[in-house]
Amino acid sequence: MKLSALQQSYLSRRSNSFRGPSPLDSSSDSTGKSPATTFWLLLHAACCLASLVLGFRFSRLVFLFFFSASSANLSAFRGGGGGGEISAPLLVHSSLAVNNPIVNLATPANRTSPAAGSRVMVGRHGIRVRPWPHPNPEEVMKAHRILERVQREQRALFGVKKVRTVIAVTPTHVRTFQKLHISGVMHSLMLVPYDVVWIVVEAGGVTNETASIVAKSGLRTFHVGFHHRMPISWDARHKLESRMRLHALRIVRKERLDGIVMFADDSNMHSMELFDEIQSVKWIGAVSVGILVHSAGVDESSSLQGEEEAPPMPVQGPACNATNNLIGWHTFNSLRYAGRSAVYIDDLEPVLPRKLEWAGFVLNSRLLWKDLDDKPDWIKDLEVLDGADEDIESPLSLLMDTSVVEPLGSCGRRVLLWWLRVEARTDSKFPAQWIIDPPLDITVPSKRTPWPDAPPQLPINEKVLFDTQQTTKHSTKTRTSRTRRTRSKRKHDAKVIGVQVSTHSEV
Amino acid sequence: MQNRFFSGETKMGMWKLGFLGLLCAHFLFAIGAVELGRSQPTERISGSAGDVLEDDPVGRLKVFVYELPSKYNKKILQKDPRCLNHMFAAEIFMHRFLLSSPVRTLNPEEADWFYTPVYTTCDLTPNGLPLPFKSPRMMRSAIQLISSNWPYWNRTEGADHFFVVPHDFGACFHYQEEKAIERGILQLLQRATLVQTFGQRNHVCLKEGSITIPPYAPPQKMQSHLIPDKTPRSIFVYFRGLFYDVGNDPEGGYYARGARAAVWENFKDNPLFDISTEHPTTYYEDMQRAVFCLCPLGWAPWSPRLVEAVIFGCIPVIIADDIVLPFADAIPWEDIGVFVDEEDVPKLDTILTSIPPEVILRKQRLLANPSMKQAMLFPQPAQPGDAFHQVLNGLARKLPHGSAVFLKPGEKILNWTAGPVGDLKPW
Repeated sequence: MKLSALQQSYLSRRSNSFRGPSPLDSSSDSTGKSPATTFWLLLHAACCLASLVLGFRFSRLVFLFFFSASSANLSAFRGGGGGGEISAPLLVHSSLAVNNPIVNLATPANRTSPAAGSRVMVGRHGIRVRPWPHPNPEEVMKAHRILERVQREQRALFGVKKVRTVIAVTPTHVRTFQKLHISGVMHSLMLVPYDVVWIVVEAGGVTNETASIVAKSGLRTFHVGFHHRMPISWDARHKLESRMRLHALRIVRKERLDGIVMFADDSNMHSMELFDEIQSVKWIGAVSVGILVHSAGVDESSSLQGEEEAPPMPVQGPACNATNNLIGWHTFNSLRYAGRSAVYIDDLEPVLPRKLEWAGFVLNSRLLWKDLDDKPDWIKDLEVLDGADEDIESPLSLLMDTSVVEPLGSCGRRVLLWWLRVEARTDSKFPAQWIIDPPLDITVPSKRTPWPDAPPQLPINEKVLFDTQQTTKHSTKTRTSRTRRTRSKRKHDAKVIGVQVSTHSEV
Repeated sequence: MQNRFFSGETKMGMWKLGFLGLLCAHFLFAIGAVELGRSQPTERISGSAGDVLEDDPVGRLKVFVYELPSKYNKKILQKDPRCLNHMFAAEIFMHRFLLSSPVRTLNPEEADWFYTPVYTTCDLTPNGLPLPFKSPRMMRSAIQLISSNWPYWNRTEGADHFFVVPHDFGACFHYQEEKAIERGILQLLQRATLVQTFGQRNHVCLKEGSITIPPYAPPQKMQSHLIPDKTPRSIFVYFRGLFYDVGNDPEGGYYARGARAAVWENFKDNPLFDISTEHPTTYYEDMQRAVFCLCPLGWAPWSPRLVEAVIFGCIPVIIADDIVLPFADAIPWEDIGVFVDEEDVPKLDTILTSIPPEVILRKQRLLANPSMKQAMLFPQPAQPGDAFHQVLNGLARKLPHGSAVFLKPGEKILNWTAGPVGDLKPW
């Protein structure tokens, strides 16, 4: 009966995935076929029934009693199943079957030798698990060193051949969003796999604020001050930034820094591929810059009137023809925003870029050096520009012939960085170096919501950052009061207080 | 093959020599690689092995292809065209290649080798797995046909004939190892040369003089999943596949002789091992981002993972005792892959992390060799140096036939009635 059931299960499994194992269909050369096989069959049946009754594979206990001597060496044992002659009860069980993650036990050494004298046995084997199957930290470190060596080799083979220093020029000034923006640029520069020199030009002079942020980079930095304060109109700001960048270029010239100059404005976002791509520049190159314009104030419908073209790509960069030669420039089409762009910092309208932003250009620093024999003749010398800084809108003004610019990033098809200007209001304040010390000025007593375990009349000092209108009468909207509560709650359950809200009337 | 020279020296000396040799090789091949067009300096497998891979079999042998009725080949393929895509498709593509190859001759008198195109691995279940139960009868029937219609079989009793039997255990025609061992190689093929994927030393189903080929892997599909070379290899060990064959061997221990289960149990928590049973769509891309790819045995010791690892430049870690790898006489697998005994699986991480980085880099350079990759593939149409040509090279190396090949008149060696009774039924 058992046999036919087994055979049925075998056949049914055949239909699904036809490799039905049949450990009972023994093979190979065994002695004493019939009585031995029937004996093992009966033993197998008995053990199965016993397991059913007991609810677990009791044969492990049998093993423990009978064969514990032979399995003394737990760490390296040989599991051999022998030929298919040995049937189920003496088969080794996997650790999966029992929830016990103990090492498997070995079968006794009475293996039947299979045909042809192979060292490899057919049949059921033990699953070898070492006593502590967890990673060894030293080996993990060795593996990481191997990976690092392999990747270094890959970079040497497939990456950039002649590696040059990246000289990043960043104009900045102290303001609320400065830390946000400049941390982004700093982290991007720290990730660059090449040497980096960071020139930070600060409007209004060198401050501790900026110095503290820049010092964390670990890069070689030139932190210089510029003797003007940042104006509040975007137009004037762009002009001042240009002057600051030229100031930085003069530093490159003075120090004779060797590398590739790129303009990393502090609010821009750079992809890592940009730094790989600019390594291939010869003298001056241009990349495509994605322009991110905050479009909250733009009225979409008016721009669609009488215009069948699709809205233009928000990209500035080189334009190429089919043979990958530079034929022109994509600039930002600001006609859509005509009259509706931000003039002052506080305006809600979108901030527009110039025709071509500095960020989209990279220069070989040797172009700026004073005396260099093989400097090309289409570059104007920086000394010549003295006093006329304000007219320099983009590095193209430094060239006498703009056709020498090399388009990078698959001839401008790949956008490798994004331009964005997001600033807080001019009157916004922020704690110095973003450390709250001493405690903040504004403390608002929270009269409306007594804590459950505090007496109702005691005013509680709350550190709240915004002006709450405590005295005006609100309707008890659970939503607003809950948000207020979650902002100020320390150890109290919001739900408990929420329940109270419905019964609570405003104070 | 090269280890012979180092057997007498001390280990230190061996490493020094090896390192020097590596340096020289690196410089030499770095120079030579510039004109390759590919920027990676690859290492040519030097010595007799490397030359053999690039041999051209044309002119060294002649193959006669028997014209069998289409019920042996075309009709079977028409019934189930899935046979062209599974890992046993080598038998079909070999036939097509030989039909249009320059080594083919229409004159059987001048042929060195005779090929019988019978597709024994094309009887598929709905799931796509081949059933081998009718294969012995099919083979018998084909041999009976060629022995009665042409005199060349009886002349040698098949010793100058070759057959492609890419099934799990070759000409034993069964998917289950014990049954396959019990059956043994089909009696009638005792003297023929077998071209098969299965290879394990001292095993009944591997005959002396067989040619081991890689399983079929679709070349176009793999080509279309290539990623840029400079993508850094950040996975240390990679494997995707079953560890426990729950349908047929739920406890484990039977499937893969417990080796795959041991890999899972030991390394499932190890962050260096990216192993799972998932079927990701980025399987090929992931292999190209890995340094080592595990190629453990399954129900049979061979697997298409070896081919995939070679194509994608991932060092194969072969966990199969006594396995015979494809074209083992032409490809120095010891230099290219890492061999781990099944009993050493719990120490796999120790073994892999203790390989010196120079050795790993050398293996990667050998793998990057295009002739290596080409030798593992069955492209359509055939290209020089591919697996078809390696098979022909293997056959050419067995020439000239010895004197034992040709039988004296009246001599009979094969027993046509041997084997299980079921095999004798006509097909």
